[in-house]
Amino acid sequence: MLDLSKYQSIGAPLKEALVQFADEVCLIEADREREKERLTYRAFRDRAHPLAKALQDAGFAVGDRASIIMTNQSKWLISAYAILFAGGVLVPLDYKLTADEQWQLLKHSGARMLITEYPIWQQLRAAAGRSAATNLKTILVTEALPNADLDETHRWEEFRGAGEPVFIPRERNHVASIVYSSGTGGRPKGCMLTHENYLEQCAAFPSLYPLWRGARYLSILPTNHAIDFMLGFFYPFVCGATVVHLRTLRPEFVREAFAKYKITYVTLVPLILKNLQKGLQARFDALPPAKRKMFNALRAVNKALTKSRPRLGISRRLLKQVHDAFGGELQAIIVGGAFTEPQTLQFFYDLGIPVANAYGLTEGCMGSTVNDLKPFRADTVGKPLPGIKVRVVNPDAEGIGEVAVRSKTVMAGYLNDPELTAETIVDGWLMTGDLGRLDPTGHLQLFGRKKNMIVTEEGKNIYPEDIETVFESLPVREFCVFAANYIWPRRSMVGEQLVLALHLEPSQKYGEDLRREITARNNRLLNYKRIHGVVLLDEDFPRTASLKIKRNALAERLAQLDRATAILSL
Amino acid sequence: MRTLGQTTQEILDLASKHFNVPAGSLAPDDDFFKKLGIDSLQTLEMLSRLENHFGIELPDYEVQGVSDFKTLAERIQSRL
Repeated sequence: MLDLSKYQSIGAPLKEALVQFADEVCLIEADREREKERLTYRAFRDRAHPLAKALQDAGFAVGDRASIIMTNQSKWLISAYAILFAGGVLVPLDYKLTADEQWQLLKHSGARMLITEYPIWQQLRAAAGRSAATNLKTILVTEALPNADLDETHRWEEFRGAGEPVFIPRERNHVASIVYSSGTGGRPKGCMLTHENYLEQCAAFPSLYPLWRGARYLSILPTNHAIDFMLGFFYPFVCGATVVHLRTLRPEFVREAFAKYKITYVTLVPLILKNLQKGLQARFDALPPAKRKMFNALRAVNKALTKSRPRLGISRRLLKQVHDAFGGELQAIIVGGAFTEPQTLQFFYDLGIPVANAYGLTEGCMGSTVNDLKPFRADTVGKPLPGIKVRVVNPDAEGIGEVAVRSKTVMAGYLNDPELTAETIVDGWLMTGDLGRLDPTGHLQLFGRKKNMIVTEEGKNIYPEDIETVFESLPVREFCVFAANYIWPRRSMVGEQLVLALHLEPSQKYGEDLRREITARNNRLLNYKRIHGVVLLDEDFPRTASLKIKRNALAERLAQLDRATAILSL
Repeated sequence: MRTLGQTTQEILDLASKHFNVPAGSLAPDDDFFKKLGIDSLQTLEMLSRLENHFGIELPDYEVQGVSDFKTLAERIQSRL
């Protein structure tokens, strides 16, 4: 791995990696059973530098922001490299957001350039939200069909400049990217991550989860997410490793990819890990009784032998078939983005597949703690990574309080939101809003959330205020959306729900018509954003002088109701 | 060669059969995530069925962001 302490920006070691690892394979791109592309670091450079030159020729200047909205593929990384090379600031957006949401964030970020895939551009072009004024000057589209109507956009594949681009150096404290941790609809939360944040975050991994030339990382989580940007791009590149992209996420092809490309590491969100567990369990259950008995015995032996630490060599021999299905070279599955249930972690560990359970916020660049597997613990999210301090603020009698993080990986702040930044970073500590406890061995255990939000098993952060727009002009006196656990604190990281607090008109009853109206509007939300039930309160909601609802005060008032009876399910 | 209308109708029929909703309850403008209450993994399953039916291959990235039957039908039609 390159010595990152020597560099001031993330563009610089990436540039160096393309020279130093020139003959290694950096990218493999597959679609279904076909391998579409295999690029060496040298070939990557041959594509990225002419793009960087074209950007510079088009007037893209130091500090300009450029957004990427793409699925995981080689052109994502080539584009990101070119933007960083030219001294730009990356604005990676989620390709799964609606086009209107993407326009909203494009506007908020002030992006001057957009690089996207043609099918995504088709959605963007047709969206109502397009009328929002943006700073966009240049739009590049990839994979446009030969006869495509390109309008004002340029083909990415043809956007190339002649001659060498000029590398633009950046300082450690300069912003490298603006990553939206959520907040479409209500208040966009654009985390400004600096070059230092990335360099320090990356330097924390090798002692725990090393990468090397030829190691293969399967990139499944979207690259716009801070986790995949780090583990599926920056970290493997500065190690000379290979990133494998799949253009399809259909489960049968993802399964095949493990064995076909002999994957070393992969990162999954809890939902996918659980699906994988279900699939494996179904296969174990289908074994004939004699084989199942044998399998269970081998698993018990493996469990006993790996109690104090993983022993991959032994596990691979004992449970060969299981390990062969994962390619036989898997070092660990990294899981993050949301809370994973201990029994799922234990299930994989017992099979000899270590799951590195990690915890972190985009605001802290990505990972603040990770399981070091010495020994494996299913009940915690591990210990702080090297260089990262974690403490528990205002612990109660059981030692549980708000988790705070201090390190060089903590963001510079939220874009255009000093107020929210001041609430989130207090005296240099990132207040996570999560409730936890540090045990005597230094492991962090999570117990619930202090803030008004939920995180789905897919790793999506849902802020109640962001989904209120769908209930606008609902025929009631007033309403407000809450995470149920925010009103009635519960020591749990699973089964989180949203509720709609309603104050009806004086003569109004909560009848079938209203319930139906709420259900209809609720159904307009994507399934993971839907509210679970309604809470009625027959009094005026507390409001500020500017008539905004005082959420904290209202939550305190609602907390006086009995949770069990107060939530009327839809 | 099917018309766009025929393609759309076949998609609606297949989706209603696959997800067990009454035939005729789905319309071209419906958002399939919301109307069928399905997640993205289930959507991939539906796409695999449609590919088999129409004998085409529909890359994931081409249907990324598509959420209504009408647009899906257009994407399929362009590959028939």
